[in-house]
Amino acid sequence: MHNLTLAELSLGLDNRDFSSVELTQFFLERIATLDQRYNSFITVTPELALQQAQAADRRRTAGAVPAMCGVPIVHKDIFCTRGVRTSCGSKMLDNFIPPYDATVVANFAAAGAVVLGKSNMDEFAMGSSNETSYYGPVKNPWDTGCVPGGSSGGSAAAVAARLTPAATATDTGGSIRQPAALCGITGLKPTYGRVSRWGMIAFASSLDQAGPMARTAQDAALLLNVMASFDPKDSTSVERDVPDYTAGINSDLTGLTVGLPREYFDAGLNPGTERALRDAVAELQKLGVTVKDISLPHSALSVPAYYVIAPAEASANLSRFDGVRYGYRCADPEDLRDMYMRSRAEGFGDEVKRRILVGAYCLSAGYYDAYYKKAQQVRRLIKQDFVAAFADVDVIIGPTCPNPAFAFGAKGDNPVAMYLEDIYTIATNLAGLPGMSIPCGLVDNKPVGLQIIGNYFDEARMLNIAHRLQQVTDWHTHTAPGLN
Amino acid sequence: MTTTDWEIVIGLEVHTQLATRSKIFSGASTAFGAEPNTQACAIDLAMPGTLPVLNEEALRMAVMFGIAVNAEIGKTSAFDRKNYFYPDLPKGYQTTQLERPIVGAGYVDIQRADGSSKRIRIHHAHLEEDAGKSLHEDFHGMSGIDLNRAGTPLIEIVSEPDMRSADEAVAFARKLHGIVTALGICDGDMSQGSMRFDVNISIRRPGAGFGTRTETKNLNSFRFMERAIALEVERQINVLEEGGSIVQETRLYDGDKDTARSMRSKEQANDYRYFPCPDLLPVEIDDAYIEALRADLPELPDVRRQRFVQQYQLSTYDADVLGCDTGLATFFETTTLQCGNAKLVANWVMGELSAKLNSTGLDIRESRVTPQGLSTLITRIADQSISNNMAKQVFEAMWNGEGDCDAIIAARGFQQMSDSDAIATLVEQVIADNAQQIANYIKADASKRPKMLGYFVGQVMKLSRGQANPQQVNDMVLSKLNALL
Repeated sequence: MHNLTLAELSLGLDNRDFSSVELTQFFLERIATLDQRYNSFITVTPELALQQAQAADRRRTAGAVPAMCGVPIVHKDIFCTRGVRTSCGSKMLDNFIPPYDATVVANFAAAGAVVLGKSNMDEFAMGSSNETSYYGPVKNPWDTGCVPGGSSGGSAAAVAARLTPAATATDTGGSIRQPAALCGITGLKPTYGRVSRWGMIAFASSLDQAGPMARTAQDAALLLNVMASFDPKDSTSVERDVPDYTAGINSDLTGLTVGLPREYFDAGLNPGTERALRDAVAELQKLGVTVKDISLPHSALSVPAYYVIAPAEASANLSRFDGVRYGYRCADPEDLRDMYMRSRAEGFGDEVKRRILVGAYCLSAGYYDAYYKKAQQVRRLIKQDFVAAFADVDVIIGPTCPNPAFAFGAKGDNPVAMYLEDIYTIATNLAGLPGMSIPCGLVDNKPVGLQIIGNYFDEARMLNIAHRLQQVTDWHTHTAPGLN
Repeated sequence: MTTTDWEIVIGLEVHTQLATRSKIFSGASTAFGAEPNTQACAIDLAMPGTLPVLNEEALRMAVMFGIAVNAEIGKTSAFDRKNYFYPDLPKGYQTTQLERPIVGAGYVDIQRADGSSKRIRIHHAHLEEDAGKSLHEDFHGMSGIDLNRAGTPLIEIVSEPDMRSADEAVAFARKLHGIVTALGICDGDMSQGSMRFDVNISIRRPGAGFGTRTETKNLNSFRFMERAIALEVERQINVLEEGGSIVQETRLYDGDKDTARSMRSKEQANDYRYFPCPDLLPVEIDDAYIEALRADLPELPDVRRQRFVQQYQLSTYDADVLGCDTGLATFFETTTLQCGNAKLVANWVMGELSAKLNSTGLDIRESRVTPQGLSTLITRIADQSISNNMAKQVFEAMWNGEGDCDAIIAARGFQQMSDSDAIATLVEQVIADNAQQIANYIKADASKRPKMLGYFVGQVMKLSRGQANPQQVNDMVLSKLNALL
């Protein structure tokens, strides 16, 4: 059962091959048995899941239901869940139980999905290896000595280890696509504004975007159908109809043009990853796609610009964690200043503190123009690169990240080396474009990902290309060793 | 030392709470006076993952203000975050407008005591959210936080340093108060913090450049503003004349003690690390939006005061005072509509009523004498049922809740005696009882007689226990005495 896709599980429920309760119990048992290996969950919610499963079964008996009804999923612990602890991977929120649901959570609840639990993540989504979580690192199912990527490492590992058919995730600089690539699954970061940010704990508001993680492009399409919505509670949400992302997923690719940015096939790219990518591109050409070399000249500036803008926004977003109203408060504060300082010093981990410091510095008097303002100028240039490129091509394809999963601690002492993990993913966040990662090969027996970057709101086309590629390749069906 | 050697330079920052029903970025109510923390929703509490959505009503009100002060309206305005930690600031930043405010440069004209007017320029006005309140009493050495006010919409109005005296500053503040209350965008209730004034003050020798300024924050009455300016000007003059220099600082004025103290110096000032708020998109408005509001703009104080002169034949001074204050203007017009006699109503509203409001600290809307009550009282004065003196006593009784006007007049036996026969009888009696004084009157020089007349009138009034119509008594005594000559 764990190897069935979402689409297959939905069909099985329709055909009464199994009930949602049976399905839910199966995955809960699997989590109970296996997750000690991976640490992909912060909170498992068996009682809630079984209640939701029973409700879904009743609803299914009563009549036609949405595709997701009764299907188990996992929410990244960045999404607020009413009545269920939402930690964001931080000691700061270890005791935080929201009185409201994130819109993404509410959308899935309305569709009848069953929530198995909340997945592990880098603290406040700050990290590319899941090593910054207060709840300990997530282990990559393909090699438990390696990181799963981050920050959505728990969601990615849970899907890869078949502990859940699907999961929600968020992506600020690559946090969906990079762990998807490193864990050999499919992940999609939609266009900024496509999915509501309400109830999603903010890291960098102008970059954060929620998206699905699953095994296949088709499953990602099913999930995006539920996640995407216009939300009046999020001012940056875009009022635009949500198409049925599965509708055109089988469309013919003939006549489409794919751009390969030369900056993404540079010396930093692992030769194994590059080979896998070239093979996948060759498959696409067989499907009628035209390939074109393109340039995104400001690519090299994306990491420095990101590491000014994201920490700057984070430094303000995380000011609310002050020990006054909720969350961690230090013991026996002497006075207000002591309470602020110790609550934050004790409640936040090192990487979070580093980014708050960097962000506050970049915004401070005398440095704003040199850092924040300059970074915003660079951001506009990066966006212009993409706008120019999309005048000539339908989608852009490149690597998701330079290398397969690395060992724990390999980049622990060097934040900049860690930041460079996101070198191919960050630009799309800066531009607000949708990006997607699908598995395209194995390097050193570990998965690597192919990234598809689409034009604004062109998720359906990206899913179409990914799905057609998955029809003629089988990388998405590969399972981590020891799981079958 | 004399203040005339120095020129005073004053600029104002005015925090004006907008009278929206809900908060600027959330749906929570803005009503004043609820139990602490009962009007703060997840957004106001800055719970994780919550997001702001701009209240369009706040935007509309800010644009109305901009139109009323002849300002450029920001077609694209944007919100910024002002970062600082304080327990009553839940997000750790205030959402405000720094670079692109909704209201750009504008002006208002103030009327000075000598009847001349002066233009005061407005630098800009921006939308922002109010903070909550920290309560330092009743918590056993700890502080309580009430977030009901957090997120209440404000416009902060920033003037140019165009005022040259406390009187001008107060006139400007009153004019702004009149404008925002006329527009209905602020309830104008300063005792509840609906308008709060920060006053920037510096002094200089005439013709010199600007001196170093200090800012006295959070003044919540015109009287405090006047006092705080006077104190600070005096302090600055003393410092400079003793060879010292002014330190740029923020000061706090204590109205109860009528003293001020330094709160923090420029060196201790925060670096607010402003940057554009990524949760809110820039606000775009077009000409049609602005013109629709302009067309529907209520009557503004300057128009109102001119109308009062024309429609009610008020003096310029009366029209300025009544026209500028929306509460007084409404009270005046409502009362006049009921009893006519605008001049008498104006006198009473600006006289007895204003004095009562001042001494009790009540807002005109809380007045214990209603326009209906005052209009009856004025009718009784006009029809000579009661004298002015009686009217003052009746007003006092009405204020104290002793009943309506006519009931009080009846209860106190204040009915004015206007019956000619009754008064004639009293006059006859006084003449009969005062033979010697009558003889003196007859002998006296004609120029001295008017003064002597008062004695007889007084005697008649005394006999009538004050109820006789004084004018009638006067006329009747005079004709009787003339007949004796």
